[in-house]
Amino acid sequence: MTPREQFLAEAAKRILIIDGAFGTEIQQRKLTEADYAGSLGLSKDQKGNNDILAITRPDVPEAIHRAYFAAGADIAETNTFSANRISQADYGAEHLVREINVESARLARRVADEFAADGRPRFVAGAIGPTNKTLSLSPDVNDPGFREIDWDELVDVYRQQVAALVEGGADFILIETVFDTLNAKAGIMAVRKVEQELGREVPIMLSMTLTDLSGRNLSGHTVEAFWYAVRHAKPLTIGLNCSFGATQLRPHVRALSAIADAAIMVYPNAGLPNELGQYDELPEETAALVREWAAAGQVNVLGGCCGSTPAHIAAIAKAAQGLTPRQIPQLDAVTRLAGLEPFIMAA
Amino acid sequence: MNAPSSARFVNVGERTNVTGSAAFKKLILAGDYAKAVEVARQQVENGAQVIDVNMDEGLLDAVHAMTTFLKLIAAEPDIARVPVMIDSSKWEVIEAGLKCVSGKPIVNSISMKEGEAPFLEQARKCMDYGAAVVVMAFDEAGQADSKDRKVEICERAYKLLTGIGFPPEDIIFDPNVFAVATGIEEHNNYGVDFIEAVREIRRRCPHVHFSGGLSNLSFSFRGNEPVRRAMHSIFLYHAIPAGLDMAIVNAGQLDVYDTIDPALRQACEDVILNRDPGATERLITLAESFKGTDAKAEKEAEEWRGWEVTRRIEHALVKGIDAYIVDDTEEARAAIFAEGGRPIQVIEGPLMDGMNTVGDLFGSGKMFLPQVVKSARVMKKAVAHLIPFIEAEKLLLGTESQSKGRIIMATVKGDVHDIGKNIVGVVLQCNGYEVIDLGVMVPWSRIIETAITEKADMIGLSGLITPSLDEMVTVAEEMERAGLTIPLLIGGATTSKLHTALRIDPAYTGPVIHVLDASRAVGVASQLLSDTQRDPFVATTATDYQHMRDVRAGKEATVLLSLEDARANGFKADFSDKPAPPEQPGVHVFEDWDLADLVSVFDWTPFFRAWELAGNFPAILDDAVVGESARSLYADALAMLEKIIDEKWLTAKGVCGFWPCARDGDDVELYLTEEERHVRLPFLRQQIRKSRDRANYCLADFIDPDGDWIGGFAVGIHGIEPHLERFRAAHDDYSDILLKALADRFAEAFAERLHSHVRTTLWGYAPNEQLTNEALIREEYRGIRPAPGYPACPDHSLKPILFELLGATAKTGITLTESYAMLPTAAVSGFYFGHPQAEYFGVARIGRDQVEDYAARRGADIATAERWLRPNLD
Repeated sequence: MTPREQFLAEAAKRILIIDGAFGTEIQQRKLTEADYAGSLGLSKDQKGNNDILAITRPDVPEAIHRAYFAAGADIAETNTFSANRISQADYGAEHLVREINVESARLARRVADEFAADGRPRFVAGAIGPTNKTLSLSPDVNDPGFREIDWDELVDVYRQQVAALVEGGADFILIETVFDTLNAKAGIMAVRKVEQELGREVPIMLSMTLTDLSGRNLSGHTVEAFWYAVRHAKPLTIGLNCSFGATQLRPHVRALSAIADAAIMVYPNAGLPNELGQYDELPEETAALVREWAAAGQVNVLGGCCGSTPAHIAAIAKAAQGLTPRQIPQLDAVTRLAGLEPFIMAA
Repeated sequence: MNAPSSARFVNVGERTNVTGSAAFKKLILAGDYAKAVEVARQQVENGAQVIDVNMDEGLLDAVHAMTTFLKLIAAEPDIARVPVMIDSSKWEVIEAGLKCVSGKPIVNSISMKEGEAPFLEQARKCMDYGAAVVVMAFDEAGQADSKDRKVEICERAYKLLTGIGFPPEDIIFDPNVFAVATGIEEHNNYGVDFIEAVREIRRRCPHVHFSGGLSNLSFSFRGNEPVRRAMHSIFLYHAIPAGLDMAIVNAGQLDVYDTIDPALRQACEDVILNRDPGATERLITLAESFKGTDAKAEKEAEEWRGWEVTRRIEHALVKGIDAYIVDDTEEARAAIFAEGGRPIQVIEGPLMDGMNTVGDLFGSGKMFLPQVVKSARVMKKAVAHLIPFIEAEKLLLGTESQSKGRIIMATVKGDVHDIGKNIVGVVLQCNGYEVIDLGVMVPWSRIIETAITEKADMIGLSGLITPSLDEMVTVAEEMERAGLTIPLLIGGATTSKLHTALRIDPAYTGPVIHVLDASRAVGVASQLLSDTQRDPFVATTATDYQHMRDVRAGKEATVLLSLEDARANGFKADFSDKPAPPEQPGVHVFEDWDLADLVSVFDWTPFFRAWELAGNFPAILDDAVVGESARSLYADALAMLEKIIDEKWLTAKGVCGFWPCARDGDDVELYLTEEERHVRLPFLRQQIRKSRDRANYCLADFIDPDGDWIGGFAVGIHGIEPHLERFRAAHDDYSDILLKALADRFAEAFAERLHSHVRTTLWGYAPNEQLTNEALIREEYRGIRPAPGYPACPDHSLKPILFELLGATAKTGITLTESYAMLPTAAVSGFYFGHPQAEYFGVARIGRDQVEDYAARRGADIATAERWLRPNLD
């Protein structure tokens, strides 16, 4: 079985669980600058460069993966949200991008395989963040036609990261926290290029993040328009992450569930942050909220984003246990186009 | 949400195309992108569902122009909301465009011109970028011209594309529209070839779409816009049914098929359908006469002004043109006077002749109500001019004119609706009857008084709301008491033949006739006033009504469940799914909702129904029978809407509110926390025995006994009176009825719009809702807004409670009559239920047990409750 087939077979049986936040888990370990920097001799301060730990303190991400798998996760996300040339340039570590991704995927793979010895498959999703540059928006209000980056450059940045993640053993590529739909489309193109180089499929997972309560992302796409804009990726999963807490995501999960002929994966934040920027939604609270989607047959994969902990994942796994996963619907062959809003041509 | 998000025929905006628009090309060449962006905005505002962007111009760096423009419009949410069509003959321009478009665009176009390999390479890229694609019927041997070649190439392309996994629904074929009527014989069949090819390809290639550039077709007639427009319209008329579902066209430059000059239409049709070898020659000859007809048409239209006066009057009446009627009437009067005639002869002569023609046309179904009302306006203006002369003569000679009959018309006490009544009045007047219109909210005493003093030949009553039915019975009883014997005519939306037979007819010894609609009014009146037809007509009707009563009496009434059993079979809603508390609880007031915004959610179908034009909008505009009439009415309505908005004739005021509540039996108890009091809303439950497992519904079923939320609203359209007065002064019934009908549309649209604002924002349980106007009209949303007096909540007397909760009268100026009709007339009020399972239903007939239970719950005596619930009793 290919990873796609294996995933779909598992997803047909039960609601799968993707792991939770890495950032908060790393913070708790109170690492020093020296922990981050290791012996790489980089000129810039590495504190906060979570992704580089794969090289300098691989025991840290490994322990976190282990904690999440132990909590009941089926899918590990590699700790590579910022492991791309654009984001690593801030740390003067752009030359290490390949190594960070390969090592991150490798250590996640190792832990996953360790747990899979119990006979239940575990998957590794190579995580790709949006970078801090956007293809659809101008950072200069006086020059709306200006772009900080162009398509070809971003595709190349992503291509490098995707190739390294796959090399390290990632089953899928998870293009997550999509605030700019065009960036996601560039990510899809990058995966296609890697597929051509490898001569095999690299399944894609897509996850959008909403920036306002009306249900649009930063580039202005509604959930439905986003889905039509990326449906050509034939993704394994489509869904939402980060954004707000589960309460605010509810209507959008429902909307997406009704129109997507892919598995639905949702991993919200643990509520909204308090005044101190901390997430204080309790594991049981998050679990109860996401369980509603599962009970309503709206999701296939659940997990957590910012503020979630292994305890949250354990609570979610427990809450989703025994519930029937969403049936992936077959869509009619009608033309689905999109601007910022969806447009359907009748058959 | 103004534009539909799905469509059967897609208008692709073509103004942002340098090859199609000289103005756009000029802007781009001058580097004036800001203005160019405005062109795109206008297109979307004008209804383009997709915008075509083409920068193929020799003097331009097309890649640079394409990407610059696409990036700029990406920053404009008003424009970027619609998909883009990236249009270029150069793949590098297309690909550069694909790198800038964030949604799912259409690529226009690719083809097999250079062979299969590059074609598939480009198709694969379109798949990777996520784009639908226009495929030209073009192969290595060239562009397909004949039907067979088009079919062969497209089918081959289809097989190749689906073979690499290209989604068939993302293929749009352009089978090449070529110029016809070029004088070259081989070109004559190009139109037919295209249409037939579309039909055949659609059969062979499931799920694909078809597009075509229309301007090629009429290339031979450059400079002759009327002919080009006609050709394009006629081509679409035939190609759309074959399967063409997308066209790059300026929608504003198409003619409605039926309005094209018949000779031109015939000639164009002969050419496009290649009906005979002489077709081209005929069209070329005819085309000459249409050159510059845009200006000429107006001149021709004025030709009738040269006719002699009686013919002019008839023409004005039939066409409904009131511009010259006073002058013409005066001219006719002066001429008759000079020959020793009387002013009344103008009415009896040319005016009645004209109206007879109108009546005949209306009677034979060749003319429709809006045109008749327009004709009546002309008539009224003419008569108004003559009246002083007639009065003067009367004083002199003591004579009176003879009308066919005198009819009293009134909307009964407690009711304020009069559109239908006014239409009937106009139709009767057009047919020579004298109508004394007592207006709205007329008490029975005044109706009877007037009937006696004016020696009326009959009385016509109208009403829209259900309490008016009772009031009509009262009028009938009082007519009986007053010893009247003249016929009583019953009409209006809630009236029915059955109710008339069952309730009104037995109350009055004289003839009682239910008149279904305005078109029947003249027939009924003429039979009632005819010496020979009156008695048989009255007898037949009476027998008919007696029969209905007998049938009713003999028939076992449908079995009703006891209230207890009905409650046991109530609807069990799933309250785990109940809506969250409102985002913005409390009461919200809207002092002046934007009228233009409301127009965008108009449901036009009832508007046409008010004018007795049957059919759904917009299909009604192209209806074979009433289409012409509907179009003309629609055009007048749009013109008036423009004035209403520009000159701010009307003000839309509304209020809505949300309250925590809980269900208690069939009541919903509201908790007004700030005022520390509870308010009960008693609802009614269906008692008809249900088949299968259908529940006996009650609105309270949608509310959680363990705590929930309910909402309410009232909206009204103010400011109509001064304008109605103005129209009345101008004897302009047409505008009067038009404005009232539009005000009703505003009220309904406001209710719809406010409900959507409630769903997405104020209550906020459906923040992500994206509905087209069509979907709104079909009520494809979550939650309902039942109105007191309508089937789910038939008791009008809940309105005062709702109004009190909302403070509606103080906040919106809407008041209630004693029968709970709202003033202004154009107003809507109701409750909001947000539960996803909430649906509309009809309470229908209820039992004695529920009336008693309801009376107790309302704290009213049984007789009062019976009066409220009359329409739901036996």
